Amino acid sequence: MLNNLVNSIDPYLLQILVNIGIGIILALGLNIITGLTGQLSLGHAAFMSVGAFTGALLTIKLGLPFYLTILLSGSITAVVAALIGWPILRLSGDYLAICTLGFAEIVKVVFLNLDITNKALGLTVPLPPSFLPMPIIVLIVVVLAIIASAFIQNSRFGRALMAIRDDEIAAESMGINIARYKVQSFAVSAFLAGIGGCLYGHFLGYINPSDFGFLKSIDMLSMIVLGGLGSVPGAVFGASILSAAPEFLRFMSQYRMLVYGALLVFLMVFRPNGLLGGVNFTDLVLRKLGVKPHLATHKQEGQ
Amino acid sequence: MLTVDNLSVYYGAIRALHQVSCRVDQGEIVALIGANGAGKTTILTTISGIVSSSTGSIAFEGEDITRMPAHQIVTKGISQVPEGRRVFARMSVQENLEMGGFILSNKQEIKQGIERAFTLFPRLAERRKQAARTLSGGEQQMLAMGRALMSNPRLLLLDEPSMGLAPMLVEKIFEIIVEINKTGTTIMLVEQNASMALSIAHRAYVLETGEVVLSGSASDLASNPEVRKAYLGE
Repeated sequence: MLNNLVNSIDPYLLQILVNIGIGIILALGLNIITGLTGQLSLGHAAFMSVGAFTGALLTIKLGLPFYLTILLSGSITAVVAALIGWPILRLSGDYLAICTLGFAEIVKVVFLNLDITNKALGLTVPLPPSFLPMPIIVLIVVVLAIIASAFIQNSRFGRALMAIRDDEIAAESMGINIARYKVQSFAVSAFLAGIGGCLYGHFLGYINPSDFGFLKSIDMLSMIVLGGLGSVPGAVFGASILSAAPEFLRFMSQYRMLVYGALLVFLMVFRPNGLLGGVNFTDLVLRKLGVKPHLATHKQEGQ
Repeated sequence: MLTVDNLSVYYGAIRALHQVSCRVDQGEIVALIGANGAGKTTILTTISGIVSSSTGSIAFEGEDITRMPAHQIVTKGISQVPEGRRVFARMSVQENLEMGGFILSNKQEIKQGIERAFTLFPRLAERRKQAARTLSGGEQQMLAMGRALMSNPRLLLLDEPSMGLAPMLVEKIFEIIVEINKTGTTIMLVEQNASMALSIAHRAYVLETGEVVLSGSASDLASNPEVRKAYLGE
């Protein structure tokens, strides 16, 4: 039945939708380390790459059930991130960004030279052993990723991350173990990137280490900056727009990347905090329902 | 309560502190006064673990905390109001206070702490939902103090509480410091405003280029001709 439903959608549209879904997963992942924790990562494509190749190899060599492959790809990527994050997350700002950039290049070159990743030829990924069609799986993962992100943001863990973003010294004086939280945040972020990569590989059917270069990292960063750093709806929105834009702008043929670039520039000039940056959705909903949250508490407090 | 013994701190090749010894007893307000760059802030940040010392030792309630990381020192009962307040700019007043209680696991305790902060600083209650960056300097100072008190510290380290505040507000803040001290919290205070600091402190240390040059009861120091000349503007 689900197969019929999926087949009834125009394949071109379906492909765009799946791309958006994978974009959302990647953006939500990057949002945790860069948006919430404030640590700029310019190498997230490397984690996507690790997840994609891990996932592909698990399916090719072991033929594991797909849900297990997804979870394992994410977990292995998270472990890689924790190992690399432990030394480099001591750096801040530009230095960290350059380090993540370098790490991504290393991953790319290593994968281009390993036999197991089939060197520069890349891997052909077979259809995963799963009874659910791919687009439905992506949809399920997107929903889970959104719920998990929202949950993290409102948890004690998420608060600690935001405190680190706002002021590291103050956060440390509050009793937050900065080094540990940064590494954990990096691992969670990479977990989602790995899952995104795994889905990407299985959906496309072919992966090549060069697909996960610097531009891919910048794509992810653009999504969360456009949507608004640190905002879950922003990441979803930014990923949707930027994943779909190249397709919708296709009629402009070779000018489309020019227009795409110009769009980003305009957006940053007029909405420097991102489209949904600084928008509090709980307050918005309350206001729509006729409650004025700020005024209400003021009346209450100011006798 | 707190004993600092022969503490030396270097920032690279620059010597910030040279064999500083001082102590704080239970229930006291101790002031560190001195000019810019004398090393006052360095003493506080070394005690709280933000800066690591080169030689010397720091003991709190008999336990050596010299090499302990900052996030563990908070759990021992030392809390710091950092220089320049350092409130979490994008978080609301309430969220800032909640962060102050990060090491508390009991929700009830956090709630009581917030209520206590609001009683101490009624202004903060009015601004409960407001982002900390939209507060005035004085309100941010109150928030930083309220936040530091959330972890129920036995020793409160205050770094330049008067910095950048209007004179009336400075008096208000110092009244509250005395009030906090009366409820049983021991206080170590770093101040540029020496007359204000000496007026509320029990004892004080005078620092010059990283060394303690004078120490004694606050009233003795306030009447010491050298101190009056150098720090009280006579």
